[in-house]
Amino acid sequence: MVFDLKKLFVYLKDYTRECVLGPLFKLLEASFELIVPLIVASLIDRGILAGDRGWIVKMSLALVLLALVGLGFSVTAQYFSARAAIGFSTKLRHVLMAHIQKLGFAEIDRLGTSTLITRMTSDVNQVQSGVNMVLRLLLRSPFVVFGAMVMAFTIDFSCALIFAAVIFVLCVIVFSIMLMTIPMYRRVQHQLDSVTAATRENLTGVRVIRAFCKEEGEVAKFTKRNKLLTGMQQSVGRISALMNPVTYVVINLAVIALIRSGALKVEAGQLSQGEVVALYNYMSQILVELVKMASLIILLTKSVACGGRIAAILDVSPEQQDGTMRPAKDAPRGSVVFEHVSLQYPGAGDESITDVSFAAAPGQTIGVIGGTGSGKTTLINLIGRFYDATGGRVLVDGMDVRKLSMADLRSCIAIVPQKAVLFKGTIRSNLLWGNEQASQEEILSAVHIAQADDVIAGKTLGLDEPVEQGGRNFSGGQRQRLTIARALVRKPEILILDDSASALDYATDARLRRAIREMDNPPTTFIVSQRAASVLHADLIIVLEDGQVAGTGTHEELMNSCSVYQEIYSSQFSQEEVSAHG
Amino acid sequence: MAKQAKNMGAQLKTLRRVMRYIRPHLPWLLLSLALALISVALTLYVPILVGRAIDCIVSAGRVDFDGLGSALIAIAVCAALTAGCQWVMNTINNRITYRTVADIRNDAFAHIQKLPLKYLDAHPAGDTVSRMISDVDTFADGLLMGFTQLFTGLATILGTLIFMLTLSLTITLVVVVITPLSLLVANFIATRTYSMFRLQSATRGEQTALIDEAIGEAKLVAAFGHGEKTLAQFDEINDRLRECSLQATFFSSLTNPCTRFVNSIVYAGVALTGALAAAGGMLSVGGLSSFLSYANQYTKPFNEISGVVTELQNALACAGRMFELIDEPEQEPDAEFAQTLCDPQGEIAIRGVDFSYTKDRPLIEGFSLDVKPGQHVAIVGPTGCGKTTMINLLMRFYDVDAGEIRIDGHETRDITRQNLRSSIGMVLQDTWLTAGTIRENIAMSRPDASLDEVIAAAKAAHAHSFIRRLPDGYDTVIGENGGQLSQGQKQLLCIARVMLSLPPMLILDEATSSIDTRTEHRIQKAFASMMQGRTSFIVAHRLSTIRHADMILVMREGRVVEQGTHEELLEKNGFYAELHQSQFAG
Repeated sequence: MVFDLKKLFVYLKDYTRECVLGPLFKLLEASFELIVPLIVASLIDRGILAGDRGWIVKMSLALVLLALVGLGFSVTAQYFSARAAIGFSTKLRHVLMAHIQKLGFAEIDRLGTSTLITRMTSDVNQVQSGVNMVLRLLLRSPFVVFGAMVMAFTIDFSCALIFAAVIFVLCVIVFSIMLMTIPMYRRVQHQLDSVTAATRENLTGVRVIRAFCKEEGEVAKFTKRNKLLTGMQQSVGRISALMNPVTYVVINLAVIALIRSGALKVEAGQLSQGEVVALYNYMSQILVELVKMASLIILLTKSVACGGRIAAILDVSPEQQDGTMRPAKDAPRGSVVFEHVSLQYPGAGDESITDVSFAAAPGQTIGVIGGTGSGKTTLINLIGRFYDATGGRVLVDGMDVRKLSMADLRSCIAIVPQKAVLFKGTIRSNLLWGNEQASQEEILSAVHIAQADDVIAGKTLGLDEPVEQGGRNFSGGQRQRLTIARALVRKPEILILDDSASALDYATDARLRRAIREMDNPPTTFIVSQRAASVLHADLIIVLEDGQVAGTGTHEELMNSCSVYQEIYSSQFSQEEVSAHG
Repeated sequence: MAKQAKNMGAQLKTLRRVMRYIRPHLPWLLLSLALALISVALTLYVPILVGRAIDCIVSAGRVDFDGLGSALIAIAVCAALTAGCQWVMNTINNRITYRTVADIRNDAFAHIQKLPLKYLDAHPAGDTVSRMISDVDTFADGLLMGFTQLFTGLATILGTLIFMLTLSLTITLVVVVITPLSLLVANFIATRTYSMFRLQSATRGEQTALIDEAIGEAKLVAAFGHGEKTLAQFDEINDRLRECSLQATFFSSLTNPCTRFVNSIVYAGVALTGALAAAGGMLSVGGLSSFLSYANQYTKPFNEISGVVTELQNALACAGRMFELIDEPEQEPDAEFAQTLCDPQGEIAIRGVDFSYTKDRPLIEGFSLDVKPGQHVAIVGPTGCGKTTMINLLMRFYDVDAGEIRIDGHETRDITRQNLRSSIGMVLQDTWLTAGTIRENIAMSRPDASLDEVIAAAKAAHAHSFIRRLPDGYDTVIGENGGQLSQGQKQLLCIARVMLSLPPMLILDEATSSIDTRTEHRIQKAFASMMQGRTSFIVAHRLSTIRHADMILVMREGRVVEQGTHEELLEKNGFYAELHQSQFAG
């Protein structure tokens, strides 16, 4: 468990100075605190018992001076600790975000979105307060505890042995409680994930939930998970709550032993009354520090559990290895070749696509058509190497995609996904996703080709109209056309429309396709569609059925040779239209 | 100052809300309070016993072992009792805190169910999630600390005062006069940091929203190689968060050193006056030892209380954000005498409806429509013409601004939402599935449905064949929003869901947009029999699927521009005819 955390501590490296200075100033403050009982002892023995009033005043002033210096040290310590802890968590969040972005789709699918979000937010916060407290207290408390013991040894050896025994017993207690609670806190955090998931799911599915009048059922489900969480929190709380009372009992037993053996020594003349008071004061200091330690340890166990969850994410390494090669300079740009490609998703029982082969020349339009679950999306996901083929190979610009640098590969591809998603910002900031450097003209021309002129025109602020998260302030069709424009701004060599016209009416869909074909340097365009009309004019149509290629060719060829294609076509067009267009 | 006062006011208000949640746990709270008093009294009695013991060991040969023995036994008994009380008290405090927090979360969640869609559509899900999860967490931490330490702290202060007074009046005065300084210091720091904590909370919310977006749409981010840009955006917020977190954390962490300093001064004062008194014979050495312990114990709770105050401020800031969510006005409740339609026929009358999402952008104006039971209405029009708005209104996701919608002659606002919505079956463009088994997802509309009924519905929706091929068939667990199912498979499940309940009215919003035409063709047949005798609204782009509708609404820019059957509209040679002609334009 501590091993997990090593991975995280690396990110404290930039704050080495703070990490040393913070505890150091804390230790200085603590050492001054340790002098206090000695001063009081001398105040009693020399001031009171010997009746030296001037000494009493002097010693009291010394106490004030110690307090003042202690204040200076501890403020400095707080500052360095806060800087280190916050710098650490900032860095950690950055690293996590960067790491998550590097993960492949297969990994993200597996981990799930909500857990990634809790780990980036509440877990990191928890670790941050853990680091802060550790720097402030973790060294200080043991230092005071051991310091008190050392000071006790300077007063009387056999009495100090009691200190040593007490400290040993306390360590055993503290560690066993810690060992018991750490896994429990981990489970609590896991359950919190499930509560988070319930909340998120409810928010995203609000329309369906209300349509099916499932509000009460959702509340019941949430309450159940929440109750489970509360139960877990309470049971771990019960164990943590033992820490203070148990240490209190141990310390008081030690005080009893201390005074008893002290009394014997005083009786024998080996110890003064003031020294017994000093020993007692040191024991009290240990108690005070332990109380602080206890609350620190509760916080710490939580932090360790959270840190472990973060480290677990950092441990997930992307399975795909990035390639380094670039396509040859003279190679034609925008060619895509599949050679006997198969893909089986991790954990899936069967291949999603099997033995797919075809070749697309630069500038061609490729139609991909087939039934639900026939593997259309899988096929196009392989072009941008979002998953790696488990059989055969995919070539883009004549190179195996696994050998190309992923950034280079994806920079020449633009995808318009099935689900049209926009991001918080403005229309412009969304379109610039395609290409940061795009000029106003380039943006407007992309908008024009995407048939989205009226979307922009309909907004008071035009391109600078704000977009809310997910693009909720736009209709499905508007979003879809903007996502197409976003892809076109990229001026891609390969354009992939993954069933992207589904929210468009036929007229807009047709105008869109014509506009893309009439572009100056038309990209190699993959049109994935349910509609025969959308792929009708493609240079090559790939017909998929259950992950297998049922036929490839032009519309005319397929109408003659491919029964699956014929069926699709005739199911869509009425008899007259079939004879008119077929 | 005015700002501070406002802060205080807001905090007090939040505090009162919190108290209301704690009220059900009042008996436990009182018990905890009683235990706190007992354990504090015992803890305070121990230094007196120790003082007594020390006075028994004056010097060599002058040790009173009998007195010592009884004092030591008393210490042991006190310590054992204190420990017992403390543990029970902590356990009770845990219980109160976690249950209160659970209650708040449950309330918030239940409240979300009643929030108007207008609110939910306008607020990022990530922000709401952050309010419900991390804010409530921080609140729980603060509340727990508050309980464990505030009680004992206050009780210790009072108890110490009393015990000290029994020992010496003058020294007690020294302590009492200096200590309030630490409260002043603590209060000064707390008021300054409240706004810093609020800013930190708000920045965290902003960051969570971005994380939600970036991770939720990770595939898109990767496809566009936008990772670096997103990371830069993230870093910008992250840097701001660092700044405001550093301020909040550092300034709030000053409380401890400052109050500890005041304590040390008190300690020095007690040492001075106490030692002088002892030197004058007015106090024993054991008495001084007790006093010094007390000086520590008396000031320590001030420390803790100020620490608790900071923590509570943070907690209150978080609770405040939480209550903002809970206080968000609910959708207008069902009318008091809302009816339920028994055996609805599906006659729909829309009269003079005005509706817009934002007041300054009118969308639908003066819309009227009569639909007889069993009729099929198709809604067509160019993208973005407001077709989905009709669904929002029919399902009463949004209320009309003017006019009325009647079902079987009853105004929809006079029908309970539950009754209205369960009379309408809906398949939306955005498919949504819940984490659970396939069977649970299909049986959403009728949780009591038998497996045979579920399978029959799945067969009717042509989902049976792909479900059968899944590893565990109908018991296959699917993750958040469908996990690895394809868009089309998800949609088939959504259709199966409606097939199972077969309500008298149907709304199909581009229901077939992600299903291939062959499957769609089969579904059309299933739909046709399902729609038989059911009033249906179909939003679709495929003219072939709506050709046989009893009524076609052609929409453009929020308005219904044409209305009639396929033939009538073609004959009219208007906008519909234009749309139809362009179908095969390449």
